[in-house]
Amino acid sequence: MNKCIERLYNGIIKENPTFVLILGMCPTLAVTTSLINGAGMGLTTTVVLTLSNTIIALLRKVIPDEVRMPAFIVIVASLVTMVQFMLQAYLPSLNDALGIYIPLIVVNCIILGRAESYASKNPVLPSLFDGIGMGLGFTIGLSFLGAFREILGAGSIAGFQIIPEDYCIRIFGLAPGAFFVLAALIAVQNKIRLSHGKKVKELPSCNGKCGECEQKCDNPTGKEGE
Amino acid sequence: MKELLIIAIGSAFVNNVVLSQFLGLCPFLGVSKKTKTAGGMGAAVIFVITVASFITSIIHNYILVPTNMEYLDTIVFILVIAALVQLVEMILKKNSPSLYEALGVYLPLITTNCAVLGVALINVQNSYSIIESVINGFATAIGFTVAIVIMAGIREKIEYNDIPESLKGMPIVLIIAGLMSIAFFGFSGLL
Repeated sequence: MNKCIERLYNGIIKENPTFVLILGMCPTLAVTTSLINGAGMGLTTTVVLTLSNTIIALLRKVIPDEVRMPAFIVIVASLVTMVQFMLQAYLPSLNDALGIYIPLIVVNCIILGRAESYASKNPVLPSLFDGIGMGLGFTIGLSFLGAFREILGAGSIAGFQIIPEDYCIRIFGLAPGAFFVLAALIAVQNKIRLSHGKKVKELPSCNGKCGECEQKCDNPTGKEGE
Repeated sequence: MKELLIIAIGSAFVNNVVLSQFLGLCPFLGVSKKTKTAGGMGAAVIFVITVASFITSIIHNYILVPTNMEYLDTIVFILVIAALVQLVEMILKKNSPSLYEALGVYLPLITTNCAVLGVALINVQNSYSIIESVINGFATAIGFTVAIVIMAGIREKIEYNDIPESLKGMPIVLIIAGLMSIAFFGFSGLL
């Protein structure tokens, strides 16, 4: 049981995908226009990540090593399609707000990254909790960015107006604002790291390759299963 | 003809794939250190996205729609793209070693580039015909290349500048991207 709690802690704090690993940039910047959208995207990803980690951990001895990448992609894509149908049926407003970024969860670096580096090597229960932990970490990151941008850009939080609209900085709700908010966030982190005598955060390692980072770093020719 | 031009300008500049839709950010941030590699990446992306738009739109219009299986879009597209990248890599290696030399290293990185799947899905969402899909894909990739080359140029310039310690690395790159994004807003009056 301890291992499961350790996994949750690891995902939410130690290796938080948004703040520490800086993974999954596309949805992080694109859908965080408001707290609700950010949290919705985060929770959707959590569901997919938890299910995919569980299924991949269950099948880890069955899937041949050479075709594991395509197999993972098929599993994740099927789950995403199912989740998309659920959203269309029960939460159509969220589905419209997130639009194309729901199917794009398939290529989210975090999901394939966790499948490759954790779920394919570990038993079911820790993988399940790894998925929940990582997903919640991602949700917290997105909600935080979303809340920040919503307050600055629209003066509201989760739809409730707290600052009169005349005093809002509209650009934070638009595309450039996403870049600026994330830049400021990482700069603050760097400041703290520097004051502790650590080095500043590098750009996403290994040339910023999404997803199969770990694998590709070990194997720079990048041949995935044919 | 006019509609095609509107689609092309719209997806290359007005709705730039990186700067306003946030697709393909990983290579945009990761491979933009030198203009030369950025150009190579851009060329590879142009090639793959154009071919992928063509093939996915054929599959969608002639196989999935007649059989009422549009719900398989995401799964089919991602598999087709992954297979396509492998295939393109093998063909280039055999038939055109010089082109392979130039683009080869970037090709495997493109499978998980969300811009490729994103363009295929946007084509379907807007129910573009095959020609429109190809034009849209090509223009989107041009937009990506323009953005990544400009970014690489700026990063080469600022390499020896005196940037505050805590802004070094990721933050300054994101700030540049934000400023570029503001600049690209200027195109929104075009259409």
